[in-house]
Amino acid sequence: MTATLPTRPTPTRISRGAARVLIPLRERIAPYAYIAPFFLLFGVFGLAPFLFTFYIALFDWNPIGDQTFIGLDNFTRMLADARFWNATANTISIWLLSTVPQLLVALLLAHVLNRARLRFALFFRMSILVPYITSVAATAIVFAQLFDRDYGLLNWLLGLVGVGSIDFAQTVWGSHVMLAVMVAWRWFGYTTLLYLASLQAIPRDIYEAAAIDGAGGWAQFRHITIPSLRPVIIFTVVTSTIGGLQIFTEPLLLSRTNNITCGPVRQCQTLTLFLYEQGFGQYEFGYGAAIGVALFVMIVVVAAVNYLLSSRIRGEVP
Amino acid sequence: MTDTTTGGEIGATLTGAPRPSGRRRGGGIGRVRWWNYLLLGAAAFGSLFPLYWMFVVASTDSATAYEMPPEIVPGANFFQLTELVLTTVPFLQSILNSLIVATTIGVGQAVLCSLAGFAFAKLRFRGSYGLFLLVVLTMTVPVQLGIIPQYMIISSLGWVDTLQAVTVPGLASAFGIFWMRQHIAATISDELMQAARIDGASTWQIFWRIAFPIVRPAAFVLGLFGFVAAWNDFLWPFIVLKSPERFTAQIAIKALQTQLTVDLGLAMAGSFLATLPLLVLFVIVGRRMVAGILDGAFKG
Repeated sequence: MTATLPTRPTPTRISRGAARVLIPLRERIAPYAYIAPFFLLFGVFGLAPFLFTFYIALFDWNPIGDQTFIGLDNFTRMLADARFWNATANTISIWLLSTVPQLLVALLLAHVLNRARLRFALFFRMSILVPYITSVAATAIVFAQLFDRDYGLLNWLLGLVGVGSIDFAQTVWGSHVMLAVMVAWRWFGYTTLLYLASLQAIPRDIYEAAAIDGAGGWAQFRHITIPSLRPVIIFTVVTSTIGGLQIFTEPLLLSRTNNITCGPVRQCQTLTLFLYEQGFGQYEFGYGAAIGVALFVMIVVVAAVNYLLSSRIRGEVP
Repeated sequence: MTDTTTGGEIGATLTGAPRPSGRRRGGGIGRVRWWNYLLLGAAAFGSLFPLYWMFVVASTDSATAYEMPPEIVPGANFFQLTELVLTTVPFLQSILNSLIVATTIGVGQAVLCSLAGFAFAKLRFRGSYGLFLLVVLTMTVPVQLGIIPQYMIISSLGWVDTLQAVTVPGLASAFGIFWMRQHIAATISDELMQAARIDGASTWQIFWRIAFPIVRPAAFVLGLFGFVAAWNDFLWPFIVLKSPERFTAQIAIKALQTQLTVDLGLAMAGSFLATLPLLVLFVIVGRRMVAGILDGAFKG
């Protein structure tokens, strides 16, 4: 490396010719030292555990007892486990219920926030980011109260219009709606601002030209706004999928009892909560890791489907 | 990746087109209609009401909390409930723990990500392109799925039930490096780097004395997001923190919620107290967080 030294810090050094051999070692390793902390931290606390998950999943791994290699037994057991499929269905249901409305609302709000002469723009932008800075734990507790069967504000309002009390927390659909509202509430403002950032990058001339050509608000929205936002929409779909498949805190804090199963019949237990139950409730590290692998496979599948769909849409719209 | 604010201005200067008066910076289209305000008003109300409601329940006595119709204005019981929160769990300690963890992570991310971003943006070294690609790729690894081995690693380090277990893993982030690299590439010119070199500055001095002060606003916003995420983190602290005096504020809320004997207002008061520091912070610097997102990596 010292012989050829292809990486010269500056042209100044080059002009001095032979002097470049004298660049102290300290200076030469500096760039590597600057990026080392990240790679070290990520390697130890991110990548290694992630890869190790695939290994542990092949074992009957008890943290205080034995570790026996059992091949794919954890996976065959998982595929036959009704609780796993229940958690999978719950996770997908909650994810869809939270993501689809959230992204649509964010799209609409971003479109409106992009109005040039909007008053109180900063107030609106800041207000919708408040849910993002509110912790998931606090969110879960306040929404659990709002949705409460006997004393919740929502049921009281429903009562005023003649709808009887709904026991959100104890029913499958009720609890899913409740959790989806919590997730969507926390993230819609953040997503809106991401969309708004992309919208602001669209030159106004394009809209003006479209208006001159007779395109109305809706046509402009469909043919300019949506296509321009495609990259950021894909990004938010992927991130909300990764986030949505890992919902944990909301269902854990939903009820005061039956925390880990989210209710007596596991009506809202998500996959991450199931992973936690097996890993840290039952101390079945191997089985828990297998659930982690399953979650990873699902994330990869959803990302791949999303990629195929979006590239197909891109192909259709020239 | 272009910064549109400056990009637009440069574009306007180049074409020589004067900006029509009344136009604001950045994008923006069309007339504002009445339903626009209705929609935004509803969104703002929906965003703020749950926090107001939290305070309402956190300030009414237990009898009123179970009344129908519900009380919709705050009561006078907030301080009594606060006192109860403080005696039920070591809540002040939890707030302090959260402050320590979140501040360390915020500062750590601001400095470490700036440092790595500086190396990738401004220093030429063998393998820099491949290593930067690797940083970007790490963003796609769902590391949270590895919580079981993560726990085993923390356990073998002897860090279970310590604050470093929730602090150290979050000190640097791939996204932060990506974000800071963009900012540094856009703001620190090669001429400036050369001038500093000619003056005999070492690479570290260039970073610490010249580059970092220039990109400090961006690093500050990055640190803010790191602080907020760390303050609100739940799953990982919930797994590794065992004793009440090590709990962060979020785990203390959970502990309050499971106190079955006491009333509803207790968990609400705890939630409100744990949210209050962030609300205060947000009132002061929220404007910069909004600008940070709007100025983010997803323009254009």
